[in-house]
Amino acid sequence: MSFRIATAQLWVHDQDEALKFYTEKVGMEVRSDVTMPEMGNFRWLTVGPAGQDDVAIVLMAIPGPPVMDEETGEQVRDLVAKGFAGTIFLTTDDCHAAYEELSSRGLEFTEAPEERPYGIDSSFRDPSGNSVRLTQVRDLATL
Amino acid sequence: MSAVYAPPARHLLRAKDLADARYFDPLDVDDLARAAGLSRAHFSREFRRAFGESPHGYLLTRRLERAAALLRTTDRSVADVCFSVGLSSLGSFTTSFTRTYGMSPTAYRASFPPATNQARVPACVVRFYGRPQHRTFREDSAAAAL
Repeated sequence: MSFRIATAQLWVHDQDEALKFYTEKVGMEVRSDVTMPEMGNFRWLTVGPAGQDDVAIVLMAIPGPPVMDEETGEQVRDLVAKGFAGTIFLTTDDCHAAYEELSSRGLEFTEAPEERPYGIDSSFRDPSGNSVRLTQVRDLATL
Repeated sequence: MSAVYAPPARHLLRAKDLADARYFDPLDVDDLARAAGLSRAHFSREFRRAFGESPHGYLLTRRLERAAALLRTTDRSVADVCFSVGLSSLGSFTTSFTRTYGMSPTAYRASFPPATNQARVPACVVRFYGRPQHRTFREDSAAAAL
């Protein structure tokens, strides 16, 4: 038996806003964008990095009742806004170059690239508050 | 397109991010309040409600955490460490640090191995010590069965 990671989910406050951010600012590709009228217009929206076709992030709207009661929805919205709902860890082979390119597209970093024992690390947030780390991991064999 | 709804906490998170990102600058609570787009009094109240501590406390403990890391991993002077984390008074840095960590910055540093011990290990050493024990599949299963 074996399995692979295919998709992981992020809660977002607004799918259009998140889609714009992850495609136009971060530069990811849309993998699927399907709205299902028979399911209360549930929208399955996924994005992923170019060149890594078998992994995607689901940009999931925070649902209302009957999926999630109002109070729970409010709590989830709040947790996302406080930045405690999750993190995506991205790796790159050139953190400084990625920082320059994403910044030039208007993406605001919360941490500029910095040397760490494990590599060069930086971070930003999506409009909802989810944190994204962008790391150039050091090859330990080169130390 | 109309403005997208964002819970109020999203603005407070901007202030928290600013503290995390720029603790080494002479930031104060007014700067954090500006990042959240709120008046200082309203901001402090809302920040505490969202994150359970005052913005002043958050910024100070972020600075102390960074200072503690510099004391452990570098041999820079206590004064240098103090200024490197955005604090300008050595006296109040020492007081806050001692209250938080239960010992002075100098004693804290002395309680950890010298920073040189944390220097990166050269590649040859990594190769010597990182090489695994050779084992066959059969030996693996035998070990697992124990």
